Amino acid sequence: MQKRSIVPIIYILFLMLPIYWLVAMSFKTTNEILSGFSLFPQTFTLENYATIFTDPSWYWGYINSIAYVSINTVISIAVALPAAYAFSRYRFLGDKQLFFWLLTNRMAPAAVFALPFFQLYSAVELFDTHLAVALAHCLFNIPLAVWILEGFMGGIPKELDETAFVDGYSFPRFFATIFIPSIKAGVGVAAFFCFMFSWVELLLAKTLTAVAAKPIAATMTKTASSAGYELGLLAAAGTLTIIPGAIVIWFVRNYIAKGFAMGRV
Amino acid sequence: MKTENQKAWFFVLPVLALVAFNALIPMMTVVNYSVQETFGDNVFFWQGLDWFQQILRSDRFHAALGRQFMFTFLILIIEVPLGIAIALSMPRKGFWVPVCLVLMALPMLIPWNVVGAMWNIFTLPDIGLLGYFLNHTLGINYDMTQDPVAAWVTIVTMDVWHWTSLVVLLSYAGLVSIPDAYYQAAKIDGASNWAVFRFIQLPKMKTVLTIAILLRFMDSFNIYTEPFVLTGGGPGNSTTLLSIDLVKIALGQFDLGPAAAMSLIYFAITLLVSWLFYTLMTKDDLN
Repeated sequence: MQKRSIVPIIYILFLMLPIYWLVAMSFKTTNEILSGFSLFPQTFTLENYATIFTDPSWYWGYINSIAYVSINTVISIAVALPAAYAFSRYRFLGDKQLFFWLLTNRMAPAAVFALPFFQLYSAVELFDTHLAVALAHCLFNIPLAVWILEGFMGGIPKELDETAFVDGYSFPRFFATIFIPSIKAGVGVAAFFCFMFSWVELLLAKTLTAVAAKPIAATMTKTASSAGYELGLLAAAGTLTIIPGAIVIWFVRNYIAKGFAMGRV
Repeated sequence: MKTENQKAWFFVLPVLALVAFNALIPMMTVVNYSVQETFGDNVFFWQGLDWFQQILRSDRFHAALGRQFMFTFLILIIEVPLGIAIALSMPRKGFWVPVCLVLMALPMLIPWNVVGAMWNIFTLPDIGLLGYFLNHTLGINYDMTQDPVAAWVTIVTMDVWHWTSLVVLLSYAGLVSIPDAYYQAAKIDGASNWAVFRFIQLPKMKTVLTIAILLRFMDSFNIYTEPFVLTGGGPGNSTTLLSIDLVKIALGQFDLGPAAAMSLIYFAITLLVSWLFYTLMTKDDLN
């Protein structure tokens, strides 16, 4: 251990404190939480988790969220790959303007665009489907995916493309068997970011769904009932929302560490 | 060097179609609302640019915009240097790298309303870990529902907690892409740590830092869910950021016209500032 590793350790401790608090709370009864401060659960209970895993309106929230996040990630990466290739390899009419325009789509205040989104997706009869949320999240995920992938592709020398074409590879075959594998770290990083931003976004997801595709974050609002907040249940539900993200990031951890190193050289 | 190829447009078409569907149609709806008045029942009256004038002259808008700029300014001056400093002190090789990265990325993976809710409980004076510690152990009178300063400290701390890792991850990516040869050359020349940072590390991080700063600007300028869940804009109006005010007008009072005009002004400001950042940070690349 070097002396300088003290900084990341302090930072990680700072990050973990609220998360610890949330997890600890999820094992407490709501009464214990409200009755006063305690660092550890005094009466350890799994009841909050039991409620979530046995009540369909709770666990379907997780399934819905995972469904639209997965669809969104697949769509975003699939359309961003060719676009990023075009931006990284070719000059064409309006390419720079188009690239910046893509960026601007992250800036629209979602809060007020929520109502037009609702009208739009109702008009095309996609309201309350997983596809609606997945497509809506493309608004901010595709620009980011194009941006990240373009960076990684820029790091691959153009000679690779030329050599492959000289060797007689058709473009689709070159793209699928040589090019994508050589930027797979970039694909991992882009997919991770798409997953992340779609998983955490709530406003659009909530606006575009009612019952059938309701995301978990919206389900959580029902912990606030006339009887007051069910804090234990809220904490357990919150804790469970961290887990899919943690699993995804554990799988892409090597891509993130190595992958970032390859891109942006 | 890039080759000129107009057929590359076909590669961009799917992206264009998807983003345009999501961006242009709602945008047109908002523009439409912004120049009309409605009294319900889908009857609209042409209003011209009245809403824009009304918003631009209102003190409420100026106050919310001021708070928004203040918030974003604080976020950028805290998170960017802090993120770079943490990335610099992270290990470069070995088992600890993925562990650090995974732990640091965790806050970003928590849904935004959960972030707001957990910080809300975390800071409650009598039952929250932070609130209890500050009030009962250190004896500081801290209650963000009463004191505007405490509320500001809380939303800024929450955002630092939530998003500094984004800057760390991106800066770290830039740092590990620097070949060892650069450091060896610097060592032979006897360069100080500062010189290494200034002339090797910082220029190499420039591209990723551009992304980090732009993302942090755009996202903190449009932030809604977390501060809304945390403080609801209070106490009083002290943490009512622009987006919170916008939703209050649009959904709370159902004033679609003013809300639409306001969101277009908001969008224009975001666009202008992002364009300035983007141009300033990429202008060297054009030469």
